[in-house]
Amino acid sequence: MWNSIESAPREELEALQAKRLRDTVERVYHLVPFYRKKFDELGIKPAHVKSVKDLANLPLTTKQDLRDHYPFGLFTVPISSVIRIHSSSGTTGKPTVVGYTEHDMGVWKEVMARTMSMMDVGPGDVVHNAYGYGLFTGGLGFHYGAEEVGAAVVPSSGGFTKRQLLLMKDFGATVLCCTPSFALHMAEVAQEEGYDLKKDFKIRAGFFGAEPASEGLRQALRDAWGLVYIEAYGLSEIIGPGVAAGCPYGNLHVFEDHFIPEVIDSETGEVLPDGEQGELVFTTVTKQALPIIRYRTKDITVLHRQPCKCGRTVTIMESVKGRADDMLIVNGVNVFPSQVEHVLTKVEGITPNYVIVLDKKGVLDKLEVWVEVDDRTFADGIGALENLKAQLQNEMLNDLYINVRIKLVEPKTLERSMGKAKRIIDKREAEGLKS
Amino acid sequence: MIKRYGIKQLSIFLENRKGRLLEVTEALKDASINIRALALAESAEFGILRLVVNNPEKAKSVLASHGFTVMEQEVLAVEVVDEPGGFYHVVKLLTDNDINVDYTYAFVGGETRAILLFKVSSESLEKAMSVLSNGGVTLVEPMFFYD
Repeated sequence: MWNSIESAPREELEALQAKRLRDTVERVYHLVPFYRKKFDELGIKPAHVKSVKDLANLPLTTKQDLRDHYPFGLFTVPISSVIRIHSSSGTTGKPTVVGYTEHDMGVWKEVMARTMSMMDVGPGDVVHNAYGYGLFTGGLGFHYGAEEVGAAVVPSSGGFTKRQLLLMKDFGATVLCCTPSFALHMAEVAQEEGYDLKKDFKIRAGFFGAEPASEGLRQALRDAWGLVYIEAYGLSEIIGPGVAAGCPYGNLHVFEDHFIPEVIDSETGEVLPDGEQGELVFTTVTKQALPIIRYRTKDITVLHRQPCKCGRTVTIMESVKGRADDMLIVNGVNVFPSQVEHVLTKVEGITPNYVIVLDKKGVLDKLEVWVEVDDRTFADGIGALENLKAQLQNEMLNDLYINVRIKLVEPKTLERSMGKAKRIIDKREAEGLKS
Repeated sequence: MIKRYGIKQLSIFLENRKGRLLEVTEALKDASINIRALALAESAEFGILRLVVNNPEKAKSVLASHGFTVMEQEVLAVEVVDEPGGFYHVVKLLTDNDINVDYTYAFVGGETRAILLFKVSSESLEKAMSVLSNGGVTLVEPMFFYD
């Protein structure tokens, strides 16, 4: 265990949370006009917040609020105090921006070190990090965590599967960090290339996250690589990966001395008791640049507050069961249908009618957008239509950060209905390793 | 010259799926429309069917009412002797005068002659017609195709 706070008595933990919460509330009330206005509207003063229970009275924050204050409107520090900025694609055009002070980077390293310590990763371990490096928090989050515990990091980022396998084998990687579907893809490619996964590789632990994984997929990874499956949960708005991590007993522990979890009823906003399923909400209590009060993750889960066999006393969250909105996760990247719609409105002469089709290509996700060609889009010439396709694909890559395949279809072939059209067809099913 | 020699061609967007071509042709048959010339251009997942028919206005409305995306454009047609070099002569005239051919298709009309259809950009259609006419090529009037 990296930090003894993870197994501290609940009273000690809650006292620490209360103190930090009070500091955070003071901070946002005095430094962020958005929060001050919301608090004032509800007649809440920072002094009213005494314990963690008082959280329930505070206003909720949404992704839309982040967008409305793009890029730095919710920061509590001047940009001169910020040492890192990350961003994820927004819901319609504008990205979501998060910032970190030096102190915040310390928090992030701390919680990622706790994550790595779930399998006692440390000096002597070679951590192969195939999460994407760049604006996403995944790659750099795991990178800093592995460095913090003193392991050797191989910052391979995504793609180039065959080269990754070569490096993993030759460098003697003991830990693999990536999305579960990419880990399965690597296992399949390794088999095709004639590797013996258990003989040629020494992977003992895998830190998997950024997308949901069925028990079947988890077991397939354990069987293929002979590793211990550790679940990693996080979101950039809160800090990135490191919000919660799975222990070897399979329980996902929330590092709640930094991020206080609640579960609410998505409709009413009412806080639900432990054991009941609802929308997960986090309040960050140690962050400086971008503290967030009661951020609605839209992830559906259940919380349990009971000690775990691993010794940890911090809250256990169940693996995310679904979404309270229409967000899709495509190879670990979050995609909103509204983003697709936004791209279509930017391109001249496209009908607003579209269907998103999600499927598997091997074990990886494949996203297709079907667009109707109508009298305005239809140019006489294959070249012009292929150009239109290419243009849409480029715009999608630019806005959504993923490769989207555009398929042009005949007009009026996409389903329309009186009310909502069915815009998403998800054919994906978690599959085991094909042999 | 466009007014005299412009030939209305219909382009229809078709997805590559079973039975689609059948549906177009069936709609035309049911409306008693005769196809005088056709070409089908294809990519991996869709195609463009280009037609010259005996009654373009009627064909257009019939196809539109069946939900097809139809585009009307003007092309030119020439008549050449059906022998080696017939096509060459026409293409050479266009090339020498910097006229780019978007696409072309042809059919043999009768015992000794062939009809060639050319699609050029709308800006160069007039020029193409006069270049060919001045070069001694016989332009075909729309009446040849229409009722």
